[in-house]
Amino acid sequence: MSEPPADAVPAAEAARLHATWSDPPGLLGRLASIDHKVIGRRFIATAFGFFLAGGLLAALMRLQLARPQNGLVGPDLYAQLFTMHGTTMMFLFAVPVMQAFAVYLVPLMVGARSIAFPRMNAFAYWIYLMGGLMLYGAFLLNVGPDAGWFAYVPLAGPEYSPGKRVDFWAQLITFTELSGLLEAIVIITTVFKLRAPGMALHRVPLFVWAMLVTAFMVLFAMPAVMLASTGLILDRLVGTHFYNPGEGGDALLWQHLFWFFGHPEVYFIFIPGLGFMSALLATFSRRPVFGYSAMVLSLIATAFLSFGLWVHHMFATNLPELGKSFFTAASMMIAIPSAVQIFCWIATLATGRLWFRTPMLFALAFFFILVLGGMTGLMLASVPLDLQVHDTYFVVAHLHYVLIGGAVFPLFGALYYWYPKMTGRLMSERLGRWNFWLFFVGFNLTFFPMHQLGLEGMPRRVYTYPAGLGWDGLNLLATVGALVIAASVALLLFNAWRSARHGEPAGDNPWQAATLEWATASPPPRANFDRPPVVHGREPLWEAPREPRHVKGLATDAREVLVTTVLDAQPDHRAGYPDPSIWPFVSALATTVLFVGSIFTPWAAVWGLAPVAIALTAWFWPKPHETDAHLRMERAPR
Amino acid sequence: MSLRNEEALRRLDEAQRLVRADGAVLDVGALPSFGFGHRSLMWWGTLGLIAVEGTVFALTVFSYFYLRSHSSQWPLDGAPPVLLWGSLNTAILLASLLPNHWTKQAAERLDLRRVRIGIAACLAMSFLFLGVRVLEFQTLNTRWDADAYGSAVWMLLGLHTLHLVTDTFDTAVLAVLMFTGPLEGRRYVDVSENALYWYFVVISWLPLYAVIYWAPRWP
Repeated sequence: MSEPPADAVPAAEAARLHATWSDPPGLLGRLASIDHKVIGRRFIATAFGFFLAGGLLAALMRLQLARPQNGLVGPDLYAQLFTMHGTTMMFLFAVPVMQAFAVYLVPLMVGARSIAFPRMNAFAYWIYLMGGLMLYGAFLLNVGPDAGWFAYVPLAGPEYSPGKRVDFWAQLITFTELSGLLEAIVIITTVFKLRAPGMALHRVPLFVWAMLVTAFMVLFAMPAVMLASTGLILDRLVGTHFYNPGEGGDALLWQHLFWFFGHPEVYFIFIPGLGFMSALLATFSRRPVFGYSAMVLSLIATAFLSFGLWVHHMFATNLPELGKSFFTAASMMIAIPSAVQIFCWIATLATGRLWFRTPMLFALAFFFILVLGGMTGLMLASVPLDLQVHDTYFVVAHLHYVLIGGAVFPLFGALYYWYPKMTGRLMSERLGRWNFWLFFVGFNLTFFPMHQLGLEGMPRRVYTYPAGLGWDGLNLLATVGALVIAASVALLLFNAWRSARHGEPAGDNPWQAATLEWATASPPPRANFDRPPVVHGREPLWEAPREPRHVKGLATDAREVLVTTVLDAQPDHRAGYPDPSIWPFVSALATTVLFVGSIFTPWAAVWGLAPVAIALTAWFWPKPHETDAHLRMERAPR
Repeated sequence: MSLRNEEALRRLDEAQRLVRADGAVLDVGALPSFGFGHRSLMWWGTLGLIAVEGTVFALTVFSYFYLRSHSSQWPLDGAPPVLLWGSLNTAILLASLLPNHWTKQAAERLDLRRVRIGIAACLAMSFLFLGVRVLEFQTLNTRWDADAYGSAVWMLLGLHTLHLVTDTFDTAVLAVLMFTGPLEGRRYVDVSENALYWYFVVISWLPLYAVIYWAPRWP
């Protein structure tokens, strides 16, 4: 496993690379950082911060519902709580945290010096952070949105939701979708153009494939919700009539646009989860995932099919029955690529030598929970049953089984798995097991009873319920489960905090895994790889070394990356790489002023453009010394 | 097209010859430091933006026809937009492809003199277009807050204008940079990708023009 000494990089060269790729010192240097590892870590930490906030809101809701006629939370606050919880988990946690892991991991896994468009990457992070802070600022000032996380009109329209609450929601969408779209472009370009020489598309790790497919889905799905929320805020602020039936508008237009985004969104939370699964199962079964091509094709098929499902969120509307049947069929069809992947994993497990460490436990729980969530999904895909349980706790149970089982369990596994790469230390295995079992038990205690509550007719989004309907015991059970989940998450955070100082040192490759991120130090050096690798197979670290092993000829005294071709990853050119810059941060601030200002006056969208334009120009404008460095290395293509 | 592909392949072969495998290392030091078209990162970034914005336009057109399908007459109230300025602008926009194409080719030959002339011409046409766009807004025969038809029309025209303004601003910044420096090879890639983005703004206008100006005249 250890590198032969012939490959060792001279200390002077490593030090030079370190200096070249480091951030400037001080607070300004931190704000100016464009290192994908720094941004990725911040992104992950921020997303977990919002996860914690969203979780606390959920715990508050569970406490309120613990017994009938409870007076802890009134209806107005409760409406804000469930809206904030859903909005946080979907827009500020589930989608961004996946992209955050990709920002950290994808460049390392494809053997790149850094990420494509690093300043845009930093900008996307800042926009995300500021959007989230705006939402929570509004919530703390009692202007938190209260029309549900999908903000259906007419409830969310100007007539039934006066005030600024829904406006903050609509602008949060603008923030997070802008960030998500930019990240998608960053990830696609990184995967297509910055892979190590030899990493042809058929050698790309499955996790990277999953993030690539997700990024493409984001590209075509997120514009729908951006358009929808722009229409909503225009209806509310300048009197347009997109959703106003009185003037020729249509409320269902909102549902179409929202779910055209919203259903793929479920899959761009779920597909990265599948990517985590493939990474974890390969390492902890000690063999490559069975059926690589089938896995990749299934990911792509899932992505395509997910764009044909949105109407199954609208079975309770007055759409033509034939159309609903089509969407039922499409919803059933997506079981095929999902099953292909599950069978490939089972084959992997069946033929592997299993190693039961904490990440593996989380991966195995996926099967149990997701299969349950998938089953209720099949039930909901049939129109008559959907009509029966629409807007009940059955749907709440289903969506939590799918999203937590399909995404959060693999995500926690991924955190335990890659934490040593990010920090250089392993998380505690003992606390990890406690964390896992508490989460598994707590999760099922909370959400399994909700199936029954839904079948018994308990509607979702009610702040309380009368005694004597037979709902009391199950609600109390769900609340107890929620407290167990809270304990488990507290344990996770404690474990992460403590292990950063006292964890066992990890070394380069503590799990003896196969992919390139484990070929470099933990945490990786500033330039990711002192010598960028050359790849000869799908599992580079499990294969006998072949020559050439490393890339030579990139500058060490200036930032330079190797650009390769899309299909075969043949070296194509060396590209000068941007220096750290404060301007992405300033641009994000200016954009925030524009977005928040336009909640209060439409004219902010006009005068707010000036600072944005200035900041973006300063961002783009080349510094003479940077240009000089590039000119020294310049060689024109022929 | 096939000529371009062959050209691309030839360049790729040449790139491969510049890479030397020498025992344990692959020496890439002789490779060029920038490339045009799909070789460059910037091309992929631009393409990503085009995909996003193309989707926004497509969904806005969908919304327009969705609203239309739910009403008995269209426009809901009043006359369709005046054809004159929109059609004139379509002609100007199509004509602007010429200087853009010319500039793109000059950039790919690293010909600074022609790039300067070309980008100035592109910029002039952008301003001309924006001027006529003001007249278009004035002759739409509806307001955004009149009814859903007005909202949809203003959304379509507004979104496209936002792209025009953005690209005009980009072009202006790039033009100043090409005159003042500091210059390096990658700036020619920027000019080339800027032209690519303009192609998108022009081509996406054609369906929008058909929807805004002709759909309300179609029974």
